[in-house]
Amino acid sequence: MRLLRIVPDDTHFDFMRFRRISFPISALLSIVALVAFLTLGLNFGIDFKGGTLLEVRYPASSLNMGDVRSRLEALDLGEVQIQAIGNDGEVLIRIAQQPGGEQAQQAVVGRVRAALGEGVEYRRIEVVGPRVSQELLSYGIVGLMMAVLCILIYLWFRFEWQFALGASIANFHDIVLTIGFMAIFRIDFDLTSVAALLTILGYSLNDTIVIYDRIREMLRRYKKMPTDELLNQSINSTLSRSVITHVTVTLALLALVLFGGRAIHSFSVTMMFGVVLVGTYTSIFIASPLLIYLGVSTRANAEKLEKEAKAAKSKAERVTP
Amino acid sequence: MLYFSKWKALAILAVSAIICLMVVPSLLSTSAYDSLPHVLQRKIVLGLDLQGGSYIVLQVEAADLRKARLEQLRDDARRVLRDAKIGYSGLNIQGDAVQVRLRDPQDGDAALTQLRTLVAPIGGPMSTSGQMDTTVSLSGDAITLAPTDAGIQARTIQAVAQSIEIIRKRIDQLGTTEPSIQRQGSDRIQVQVPGLQDPSRLKALLGQTAKLTFRLVDTSMSAQQALQGRPPVGTEVLNSQDNPPVPYLVEQRVLVAGEDLTDAQPSFEQQTREPVVTFRFNTNGARRFAEATQANVGKPFAIVLDNKVISAPVIREPILGGSGQISGSFTVQQANDLAILLRAGALPVPLQVVEERTVGPGLGADSIRAGLIASLVGAAAVALFMIATYGLFGVVAVVAVAINVGMIFGVLAMLGATLTLPGIAGVVLTVGIAVDSNVLIYERIREEARAGRSAISAIDAGFSRALATILDSNITTFIAAAVLFYIGSGPVRGFAITFGIGIITTVFTAFTLTRLMVAVWVRWRRPQHVPI
Repeated sequence: MRLLRIVPDDTHFDFMRFRRISFPISALLSIVALVAFLTLGLNFGIDFKGGTLLEVRYPASSLNMGDVRSRLEALDLGEVQIQAIGNDGEVLIRIAQQPGGEQAQQAVVGRVRAALGEGVEYRRIEVVGPRVSQELLSYGIVGLMMAVLCILIYLWFRFEWQFALGASIANFHDIVLTIGFMAIFRIDFDLTSVAALLTILGYSLNDTIVIYDRIREMLRRYKKMPTDELLNQSINSTLSRSVITHVTVTLALLALVLFGGRAIHSFSVTMMFGVVLVGTYTSIFIASPLLIYLGVSTRANAEKLEKEAKAAKSKAERVTP
Repeated sequence: MLYFSKWKALAILAVSAIICLMVVPSLLSTSAYDSLPHVLQRKIVLGLDLQGGSYIVLQVEAADLRKARLEQLRDDARRVLRDAKIGYSGLNIQGDAVQVRLRDPQDGDAALTQLRTLVAPIGGPMSTSGQMDTTVSLSGDAITLAPTDAGIQARTIQAVAQSIEIIRKRIDQLGTTEPSIQRQGSDRIQVQVPGLQDPSRLKALLGQTAKLTFRLVDTSMSAQQALQGRPPVGTEVLNSQDNPPVPYLVEQRVLVAGEDLTDAQPSFEQQTREPVVTFRFNTNGARRFAEATQANVGKPFAIVLDNKVISAPVIREPILGGSGQISGSFTVQQANDLAILLRAGALPVPLQVVEERTVGPGLGADSIRAGLIASLVGAAAVALFMIATYGLFGVVAVVAVAINVGMIFGVLAMLGATLTLPGIAGVVLTVGIAVDSNVLIYERIREEARAGRSAISAIDAGFSRALATILDSNITTFIAAAVLFYIGSGPVRGFAITFGIGIITTVFTAFTLTRLMVAVWVRWRRPQHVPI
């Protein structure tokens, strides 16, 4: 049987030269993402904004959107979004947070029920009060920062500081782009999105570390090789793995996007963007070339190794005079 | 890297098999599950987003508690001063304290001594913390009693504990399976009730304090007059629960309270067939009710629930039997729920609903179906791709991933963890990432072979080099999952659990099962070429 081979053996792409294109592109995209985030803002779901979300289903073909709209508008509940989903008579209703504290939020569902009348199936009801939404938001932000910090510390222990810094910059870049994507495409930003961001973070790092591991290994082995070439070789020799893993994760995520249901749709789409489009690109075109600017070089490394060897030797001499 | 002693190989297989088999109890029918020995009674719980149900977070309001405490302090101070025959010209709540203005400043010390009896150490008389729940201070002719923050906090914790008990009693009456009621933080209660069709009823049951009192109606003036002028001392105007509400002028003094009920049942009034709630008093309550009704024949009394007058019947004759009925134009369900509330008892403080999430059974079933299809399609696609890319080694990878997934569910069952829809997404994602460890190993083997090593030596080196990388890269992902578990709640936590467990099982299978399978194959075929 002939096996599928996506990446030929022994590739020699000059990834380091791409950095003259990839760095400006990434910088531009990051700016676009930041501008989108600052101007459009994130489409906060009720987790973070507070308010009420109802998913209701009308029996076959008895859904009349105009009627639903007028009934709900008569309640005078402030900002109300009504959106038909699918063709099964399902409607998603979002109602902004009501003035008047926790109790006012609780009254909303009762009034909506009364307005919509009998014969409606309530598939989902979520009410998040002002206090909880505030807490969830700060939890989300603190969580993201904590994760970045923990990972940084781990990397710093496990690798040289240049690697830790490179991985963090690359990571920050991933998060910025993903947040920009969510802002532009108005994807609901809720607790599951924080989960998606954290997973993208973990996954993209996973990818970066595989390449960094190889760079570290090559640095130990080839002390005379020019740094550019060493980084290139490291990326090229892990390229096949990067691509194959990329494909398997894409397949898994594609299944989630297509069949996973609406409840996790925004999660799946965000992951698809973050992991598939951004994560792998970052590890190859951003994280690794960054190392050059951070002062990783074969010569510096060789000097360091020599120093360490000398220190070890003199120590050994002192012990056995 | 490729040598396994027979015992080690057996141990690896046994551990994997046992972990996978832990999932079996979760697949059994309820009766078969119950007949298992106790040790094996561990299973995966479906999250509310999959089986449908309600998640409600209630909060004890410290402000309400402080208010209740201040009112109690005021009443206690009045009683203590009256008992000690110390005259005062003013006694009221001002801000966060109770102020007593003494008629005679000479009484200062005596009053202070008396009022200090109201102060209790936090944590009960046996407590060694030395903190008190109230401060008492004298300045001029005024004494200030102020509850301390620590005291209010201790009361909050106590109120949460009591509320949990009462909520449990109330929910048990609904007859749903496996409700979960837990403390969340210091002042919140998290209630999860699976499979409930109508969350509004649950909320009605949880949201009511259910403080029932029997009090006399003051007939010295009409409620309207009292509203326009000043109600007589010791009375207040309360509305009925009708629409529009009818005001009643009732005494603040309580004849008998809900604590003195021993039973309450829904029933029907004999003549009108109207739903009512019948109740029985305990001995103490029966005696006091008998005395009060004897002394007030011909006068109306009010049955008050949470500061709303349910009904105000006239006492026709002394009620000596210690039982009675409440009628208030209830529906059958209202009578039923009121009986439940009265049996379970009143909450120590009102609770606020601060978060509610309900998933109907229809959506839950749809989510399970969607999760299942996505998992199967995702797994099949990944498996096909792996086999197409690596042939026999691809099969090894697929077997390893399949066992990996089995182990994820086994560990979930062992922990009694909750599986949510994002949790299923976590499993699907793990499938995508778990094969990465195989990809890393195989690609490394190919590289080593290309560098001119013999097949066996390339396989050996491929494993030993790739495993270090696998460990490094998975630890970072695990950190992300751990943080997520820590900050997340509900469905997100479900994702963090499966994803985190998935990372651990992935590393385990890469280090053991994949290696073992390849080692067995190498020993059997003695390959000259690397087959990938």
